[in-house]
Amino acid sequence: MPTPTTQPTTIHDLAARHDQAFHALDAVVDPELDEPITDLEFVRSLHVDGDRVEVHLRLPTSFCAPNFAYLMASDSKDVLSALPWTGQVVVELDDHHDSDLINAGLAADAGYRGTFAHEADDSLDDLRRTFRRKAHTAAMERVLTRLLRADPDRAEVDLHGVTLGDLPDDDTTAALLRRRAAIGLGDAAHLPVLVDDTGHAYPADEVPLRLRMARSTRISIEGNAHFCRGLLRTRYPGSTTPATQEAAS
Amino acid sequence: MYSNDGESYFILDAHVALWDARPENQRNIHGKQFIDCFYDYHRNLSPESEVWPYEDYLYQGGERLMKDLFTDGYVDHAIFQPAHLGEFYNNGFGQTEEAFALAQANPDRLTYNHHWDPRNGEQGLTQLREDAKRFNLKGAKLYTAEWHGDSRGWKLDDPWSYRYLEAAQELGIKNIHIHKGPTIRPLDRDAFDVADVDKVATDFTELNFVIEHCGLPRLEDFCWIATQEPNVHAGLAVAMPFIHSRPKYFGQIIGELLFWIGEDRIQFSSDYAIWTPRWLVEAFAAFEIPAELSEYAPLSTAQKKKILGLNAAAMYDIPVPAELQLSTDVPEEVAVAS
Repeated sequence: MPTPTTQPTTIHDLAARHDQAFHALDAVVDPELDEPITDLEFVRSLHVDGDRVEVHLRLPTSFCAPNFAYLMASDSKDVLSALPWTGQVVVELDDHHDSDLINAGLAADAGYRGTFAHEADDSLDDLRRTFRRKAHTAAMERVLTRLLRADPDRAEVDLHGVTLGDLPDDDTTAALLRRRAAIGLGDAAHLPVLVDDTGHAYPADEVPLRLRMARSTRISIEGNAHFCRGLLRTRYPGSTTPATQEAAS
Repeated sequence: MYSNDGESYFILDAHVALWDARPENQRNIHGKQFIDCFYDYHRNLSPESEVWPYEDYLYQGGERLMKDLFTDGYVDHAIFQPAHLGEFYNNGFGQTEEAFALAQANPDRLTYNHHWDPRNGEQGLTQLREDAKRFNLKGAKLYTAEWHGDSRGWKLDDPWSYRYLEAAQELGIKNIHIHKGPTIRPLDRDAFDVADVDKVATDFTELNFVIEHCGLPRLEDFCWIATQEPNVHAGLAVAMPFIHSRPKYFGQIIGELLFWIGEDRIQFSSDYAIWTPRWLVEAFAAFEIPAELSEYAPLSTAQKKKILGLNAAAMYDIPVPAELQLSTDVPEEVAVAS
């Protein structure tokens, strides 16, 4: 990767910055769908001009919840501002019922309460936590259901003793560990897998019920993610890959 | 009535609308954004043959509604569940007078439910009493994400909401259909949160609470609440069309609902005119839980009959011909998907 300079003069430097900026946005996740906004194709355009970056975001409908919309837009501005070479960062949300409000708030760095005034009570921290917990619950169900499918002799109650060390070393397990870390849970091999949001294992007799509850969470998140992707394609047809990403590669 | 494969089904479409979203009725940009959002739902989830031109979608009118539901759509009875959206449309989105007139002209086929907004205070309570009498209300549709002045949403457990629910209970408006979110205030909370349903279901045990979209996009929260509250029901508006585009996901939704709340508290609806009932009824009568979803029991014909009409008919005291009721003496035939 080329070392960025403060005043890039070549097309190559600009392309590298563009690439960096786009991949910085990989870290911004739709809290509800638990997927990066780059994968979800919520990044409509990205332009780099010297130290100025301008990003436009788009969502599946005009009526997507504005609190999530704001979180993704403000997180985008944060990760772009954190790049060493960025000066002015402009993030705008397009075609949303609250576009004007959110864009004005972002431009002024007004923060959540400054942006939404009387509609904001305190902060969106609890909201973010709620959805990190749901993401963990769904990831937990995925690894455990996979164990059940791999071994038909294993009963649901037998999942009680399963620890992180019993899980195969693969992407699904890695995804669980990331979601555990996001809610402050450890990754030691002896830790139980089926746990509540504070890391405590459920009693053995509750295991089948807790697994069922976790399954409904996972189905809900996956179903919403698929529906949102479909609606985005309906709303913005023919846009499977953002053109800006191709230009940068 | 729908008949197929030797079985006949009584069809009650528990959620239909007669709306006007034409430009002359749009009050501002949000009126256009709202109907465009619906149209994207429609285009995204309908089979290609069932997609309407945008112009038709803006306003369907009573004649077309009667044809789509009753002539073509197998529906025996349908219930209007209007959304007001007074901040988006000059004359509202749901067309009260037109829908009510249609229901009066076809009392055996149509039931008109109205709506209220607890932010209208005392005046709205008076209006509710008048509406209950005029429309002979058995039910109501509440949309908690309705905008109202500088408020962009309310909760069922708000103090004024309790006053309205108390009045509803007194007036015999028993069936409360809830369309959740996205509620904007308070913005700190999940816009689709269904926790307020839990509270009112506990406090108003004489009322039925039908949660439209079966709580989607919060199916899990809905299931958990409905498990604990016997007067909470699942409306299948918006969930139904997944039967075509994503049968596995639809199977998961039905499987979860049957597991958590059972076969007596699930109601079919097309959500007309977002979708039309004909293809949904045909697809549901033929539907089997995909074999790969081995965690769910097969869907039986009796369960389908309950969901397609018998459950909602019982809730609304709508007579069902004897031959379309469940026969109690015949052992139930179970369609096996494997």
